[in-house]
Amino acid sequence: MNNVADHVKDDARHDHRGAGAPGLDEDPLHAVVGTGKPPVIAPGHTFSTVTDKISAIVLTRKTSLGWYAGFGFSFLLTLMLFASVSYLFVKGIGIWGNNVPVGWAFEITNFVWWIGIGHAGTLISAILLLLKQTWRTSINRFAEAMTLFAVACAGLFPAIHTGRPWLDYWLLPYPNTMGVWPQFRSPIMWDVFAVSTYATVSALFWYIGLIPDLATLRDRSQSKTGSVLYGMLAMGWRGSAHHWHRYETAYLLLAGIATPLVVSVHTVVSLDFSIAILPGWHATIFPPYFVAGAIYSGFAMVLTLAIPIRAVYGLEDFITMRHLQNMAKVMLVTGLIVVYGYMIEAFMAWYSADKFEVFVPYNRMTGPYAPFYWLLLFCNAVVPQTLWFKRIRNSTIALFIIAIIVNIGMWLERFIIVVTSLHRDFMPSAWGRYAPTFWDWSTYVGTIGLFVALLFLFVRFLPMISIFEMRTILPEAKVDEDLRVI
Amino acid sequence: MAKPSAIYGLMAEFDEPTTLVAATQHAHREGYRCMDAYSPFPIEELHEALGAHHTRLPLIVLIGGLCGCIGGYGLQDWASAMAYPINVGGKPLHSWPAFIPITFECTILAAALSAVLGMLALNGLPMPYHPVFNVPRFALASRNRFFLCIEARDPKFDVEGTRRFLETMHPREVSTVAG
Repeated sequence: MNNVADHVKDDARHDHRGAGAPGLDEDPLHAVVGTGKPPVIAPGHTFSTVTDKISAIVLTRKTSLGWYAGFGFSFLLTLMLFASVSYLFVKGIGIWGNNVPVGWAFEITNFVWWIGIGHAGTLISAILLLLKQTWRTSINRFAEAMTLFAVACAGLFPAIHTGRPWLDYWLLPYPNTMGVWPQFRSPIMWDVFAVSTYATVSALFWYIGLIPDLATLRDRSQSKTGSVLYGMLAMGWRGSAHHWHRYETAYLLLAGIATPLVVSVHTVVSLDFSIAILPGWHATIFPPYFVAGAIYSGFAMVLTLAIPIRAVYGLEDFITMRHLQNMAKVMLVTGLIVVYGYMIEAFMAWYSADKFEVFVPYNRMTGPYAPFYWLLLFCNAVVPQTLWFKRIRNSTIALFIIAIIVNIGMWLERFIIVVTSLHRDFMPSAWGRYAPTFWDWSTYVGTIGLFVALLFLFVRFLPMISIFEMRTILPEAKVDEDLRVI
Repeated sequence: MAKPSAIYGLMAEFDEPTTLVAATQHAHREGYRCMDAYSPFPIEELHEALGAHHTRLPLIVLIGGLCGCIGGYGLQDWASAMAYPINVGGKPLHSWPAFIPITFECTILAAALSAVLGMLALNGLPMPYHPVFNVPRFALASRNRFFLCIEARDPKFDVEGTRRFLETMHPREVSTVAG
């Protein structure tokens, strides 16, 4: 093995000579050309520098004190989640603030919020792949990881909200001694299938993308444990041309399959509401409006994570300003679609001339939850308009703050949709109010802890940027047509 | 492990994707068929240079997706109209529009599983042992080096002749792969 290490050192020297070779700057992908756009990867990188820089974060760099502190704190929050859920299982959902008429409150708000966040990962990895957007390469891996962890947090809420969570398996269609089958006409059943399919396909997509990089870690790991563990996960990947061909076919097909899936998942989530006849929920705008909102909040979360990660791990060469600017533009566009959704919601309520429908927007604007409604409009409709300015899109601090505000705004949006529609429906005698309890908050904050703790583990033990895809966007990866014949 | 005399093949190491593609084309023209090329990232031209056929994977995914579609719809129809017929809101027992979302999700799930499992099965993965890993420098195939391996089972293979042939393409190194 020492032999290989020597060779590697030798190669590093050799490759440095090649860095910054003439012709590199002419490549439109990598250089600051006439368009004035920053590059998607800083110039001067080679196959070996890309490999070494990304794999070093996992293999050789010392784990910083900051990592331990961050992981420790988020793990404490995860423990709080476990405690809250345990107490819930002992006492029942009476420990939460929801009660008739507000039967759905924090849990469903959090469910929709988390699952929406997940959508950006699949959008980046599948839809942008099909659209040949090469800039997606350096952000797709951790966006997919984010999807997986967000879906895990999302799936928890409906499961613990059922009242008797130990009977959750009744939702699955299996032959049982009771002779009963699930009610397939119910959107809740559609949700079970949509969310579980989404979780499975996201996990497959993420793992398949990881296999060649796990092989890199296996080959570069200095420790026996590391090479054995990464070796098992890499399943004996050796980079054969036949394998790559099938791999690329499978990856492309998965992207094609995941694209309609991601649209369907939030559509089904929106049908959970719009199939009901409740004023404020029963609207045809819901599916597209929910999907746009999901992508909006997802990109906000990717920015929230990408900005600190690139600064802490020094990944500015790979996650450049180009990525941040593009994500800001996607946020601006999807944010405008969401605003259109708010307008149509209010317009259709007025246009329906239905007393109860008209009352919903009026109650949102002036009722007991009005401050939240106006705050939501401020967060989702006003603040993102600053993204029209290039100066704002060029400032990482401004983008980070806007992303946080959008995250809050999107959570408020789901809270407004769920709670304000339920608390005053038809008969004033049946109206009520909702206020969260300590356990509502501790469960919600606990899932944020779980999400962050999983992300800390991910950046420590797996390559957070796809190494092999970064190699393909280097100028030296192109096969020169003229040199084919020796 | 293997007998010292048994060899799996000869492996040439190259610096650039272009030279690997050129070497593979050259070897194919020379009549070598049992060979494989290894690279740290997918190279489209390499697959053509090996003279390989298209993969059957898309067909597997189509069949998987169709099975999921029919299975998902069949399950709902059978459970709602035959096994457990229950009247909800006066809707017909076979209320097909309500069955579409789950049918769609089952199609996607089965197609995705067949894409991943089909790819792994056709590639013969997981494979805990493969002779190419006996070459220490092959560890660089997942970093920045490009390898062409001509296998001993090729009818044209001859330890001396093939080595001389590989040397003509100016590789960094030609190594013997123990079987």
